[in-house]
Amino acid sequence: MFLKPLKKLSLALACTTAVVGAVNAAELTVYTAIEAEDLARYAEEFNKVNPDIKVNWVRDSTGVITAKLLAEKDNPQADVIWGLAATSLLLMKSEGMLEPYAPAGVEQLDKKFVDSSNPPTWTGMDAWVASICYNTVEAEKAGLTPPTSWKDLTKPEYKGMVIMPNPNSSGTGFLDVSSWLQMFGEEEGWAYMDALHENIAQYTHSGSKPCKQAAAGEIPIGISFAFRGAKSKADGAPLEIIVPSEGVGWDMEATAIVAGTDDLDAAKKLVDFTITKQASEMYNVGYAVVAYPGVAKPVQFFPPNLTEKMIDNDFEYAANNRAAILKEWQARYDSKSEAK
Amino acid sequence: MAATALPPGRTTRIRLDGDAWAKRGFIAIIALYLVVALALPLYAMLSKAFSTFQFDLGRYEFQVSDAAGTFDGTIVTGAELNATAGVYAPEDLIAGSADRMPVAKLFADFSFRSPVRYRVRGVTAGDAFVAGSDRVAGGAWQEYDSNTFRRVALLPFASTGLGNFTRYFSTPSLVRSIENSLVISTLSTIVTVLLAFFFSYALNRSCMRFKGVFRLIAMAPILVPSLLPGIALVYLFGNQGFLKALMMGETIYGPIGIVAGSIFFTFPHAMLIISTALAISDARLYEAATSLRASRWKIFWTVTVPGARYGLISAAFVVFNLVITDFGLPKVIGGQYNVLAVDIYKQVIGQQNFEMGAVVSVVLLVPALLAFAVDRLVQRRQVALLSARSVVYQPKPDRGFDWLCFAYCGLIAFFILAILGICQFAALVKFWPYDLSLSLKNYAFDLMDGGGWQAYRNSIQLALLTAVFGTIVVFVGAYMVEKTDGFLAGRTLFQFLAMMPMAIPGMVLGLAYIFFFNNPANPLHFIYATMAILVLSTITHFYTVSHLTAVTALKQMDNEFESVASSLKQPFFKLFARVSVPVCLPAILDISIYLFVNAMTTVSAVVFLYSTDTALASIAVLNMDDAGDIAPAAAMGMMIFYTNVAARTAHAFISNSVLKRTQAWRLR
Repeated sequence: MFLKPLKKLSLALACTTAVVGAVNAAELTVYTAIEAEDLARYAEEFNKVNPDIKVNWVRDSTGVITAKLLAEKDNPQADVIWGLAATSLLLMKSEGMLEPYAPAGVEQLDKKFVDSSNPPTWTGMDAWVASICYNTVEAEKAGLTPPTSWKDLTKPEYKGMVIMPNPNSSGTGFLDVSSWLQMFGEEEGWAYMDALHENIAQYTHSGSKPCKQAAAGEIPIGISFAFRGAKSKADGAPLEIIVPSEGVGWDMEATAIVAGTDDLDAAKKLVDFTITKQASEMYNVGYAVVAYPGVAKPVQFFPPNLTEKMIDNDFEYAANNRAAILKEWQARYDSKSEAK
Repeated sequence: MAATALPPGRTTRIRLDGDAWAKRGFIAIIALYLVVALALPLYAMLSKAFSTFQFDLGRYEFQVSDAAGTFDGTIVTGAELNATAGVYAPEDLIAGSADRMPVAKLFADFSFRSPVRYRVRGVTAGDAFVAGSDRVAGGAWQEYDSNTFRRVALLPFASTGLGNFTRYFSTPSLVRSIENSLVISTLSTIVTVLLAFFFSYALNRSCMRFKGVFRLIAMAPILVPSLLPGIALVYLFGNQGFLKALMMGETIYGPIGIVAGSIFFTFPHAMLIISTALAISDARLYEAATSLRASRWKIFWTVTVPGARYGLISAAFVVFNLVITDFGLPKVIGGQYNVLAVDIYKQVIGQQNFEMGAVVSVVLLVPALLAFAVDRLVQRRQVALLSARSVVYQPKPDRGFDWLCFAYCGLIAFFILAILGICQFAALVKFWPYDLSLSLKNYAFDLMDGGGWQAYRNSIQLALLTAVFGTIVVFVGAYMVEKTDGFLAGRTLFQFLAMMPMAIPGMVLGLAYIFFFNNPANPLHFIYATMAILVLSTITHFYTVSHLTAVTALKQMDNEFESVASSLKQPFFKLFARVSVPVCLPAILDISIYLFVNAMTTVSAVVFLYSTDTALASIAVLNMDDAGDIAPAAAMGMMIFYTNVAARTAHAFISNSVLKRTQAWRLR
């Protein structure tokens, strides 16, 4: 009976050793927010080049992974971050949590996709771009005309017909808000959101949910991202993916080495791989916009003019003002969101 | 024996033999377990709530050049600049750890096009700031042109104080949640207790048929995560729901949905408590009332309700506590209606504001603790109602009344089954609402967020580990506390620790675990992100009810057993293994099934603690719903239900066969 606490302990030890002890020569703990279905494919491609490095994924939504990394600031568990919003990585950079490293071949990449510091602390992989998912069947039932711009969404006919992600919990929601503030300017941007708020039926926690809800007909219009819309359309949803005429916000998925990793060499090899042409081709399956120039092939159901509509995003503005923007957003919309 | 002339000897003390020391040792070990798994994490969380971040302008110095770019050597601090410019009010200086404060605003005539150059430094090396996204350590002067200087921002400093609470109570959207939480909890409590009371009344006071079936169906909601009714309500009353017309233009996303779902998942809890209260009422009172020619209506109000009042009050507070601390349901169906438990999640996961998450936790603790205290107080009185002379009430057949009861219970059972049925149906439909053909594609969990089938296997592993280790820890702890002589202070402390988990909301416990176990200085840090921490948190979260079950069973055993064993010089562990455990086997099995079922369905504590390798089925339901994959979420929720049904069935089977062997003495 004295063994009980010991048993517990050995159980915990067994769990940890099971993770640590394996066949590969090196193992990397990689934090990511990439869509779950892509993980195995990415690791497989990487192992074709580096068969001796095993990737242990820790996957969650952007918010959760960011929170996790920040919580572990003084005792980092991750070796590499592969596929997290650049705005989140900038936050980590300003906390001194990332290891600067210029991956081999970084000069080949589109400049937009590389951190401006020298050596860069992060490199981009692909961009995910805001879009409107428009359910044609439900819209017809409600007698709506399709919107063509962000400003259109404030028209009274859409009252209660629009869902968007809450920027406080969703990376996609935040990129929408930060893009409106950048495109329209702060003052007009907030005025726009005030007007839009009148039409919003619900702010969701996640960025893909508005599009999936539009796909399921729960709502005619979901503000989400293009990739999600294309996938739902491929699943058979009666969706139209609308690219607003003013331009669309975007964020990129990016890669960085976590300062304090136990295996810097392996981490560098991984980051080297993430910016190769081969890797960009791999990202291209789901993302129309990728870091390596000239690689991108059109993705099925992806709006063709999306790339030219991407705004000139100021990531630094987004990262440094994130807390202030979210506070303001919460004060404006979270408190009066429920009619008494 | 009665000799009085003997000289006074030494004052008598209980001599502690080896057994007594061993028992005290066990109490100490399990008390230590509770301290580590409960008290210390809560302490860590409380201290986090008081750890603030703020900007300290006095720790930065600036120099401004003239138009030609030469500096005259005048140094001003940020505090002085702010005093003249007055841009930042004192409350603006309270921050979260991710806040950044742009400094260009401190200079009234700042323009990023001007040729003026700026120098800035933190007074000591620790006073860092950011230029763009680069962190710059303090100490040395840094010079920037005005276009770069516009990108300079200060970092907040950690300190302690009430700042977070000030910020919390001055943010209307956060404070609003307190009211919202109280409103939905109160509403759900009133409705659930009423519904459950009449259900229990029908079960105990009528001679309707199928009582056993009704009781079984009423218990079903315990076997599913609280998120599942939320998903079902979306399919029933959402914008594409079957019964949307019944909503009369109102939306299910919000208080209506939360209350409806809460009634579903708290119903069995209320029903159990009230049923127990009604079952123990004394038939003699009814006989007396009938012989006094009181009408049925009068008897109901003067005998039945007063007799069950403690049960009703207790049920009310239990339901209130369950609703106010529940996180899954409002997350799924709450829409824009913010409640405290979801706020904790939003603060921590959405905004990475751990300090504010801790503050909301403290706020949520207040009503939870109050409800818990009242419930304990009432429960204590309830026991006093039972007397040895009570006669168990036996209902007499009454056609009309029995049919009324049957109709009522049938309606409730129908609703419960409908909620479960709609989830199963939705899980099998290909693409709701456009393609209603059946398919199994929603069971391809591996292609979705949430951890796939591995999450389901993990959940079973967690449930089994929790059931095995939890039962051992709980029962040994209860035994040692019940069957040890003396040592009152230690035992009281232990009782207190054992009761605490019930008052601690799961979200709060989970957050407290992050603060405590993710601290690298903690020697137990290695269990962070493993299955062990999930087991630990789940056992702790559900400790109290298990402990009370064990204590009740042990109390029924005469303490003479211990005296006899020790006079026969039998070590206590022999008695424990040969007598106590076999006699208490029904209770032990009940504890383990209770822990198993709850480990399968729990979301709140583990949502902060799972890692990719230890994703759980209940969390997968949450995450899949969050990502908009509602049908797979329903599919996984129903997998949990079937697993729990199987576990319950196995439990009933094992109980029966084991009880036949070990409990035969009861029938003699």
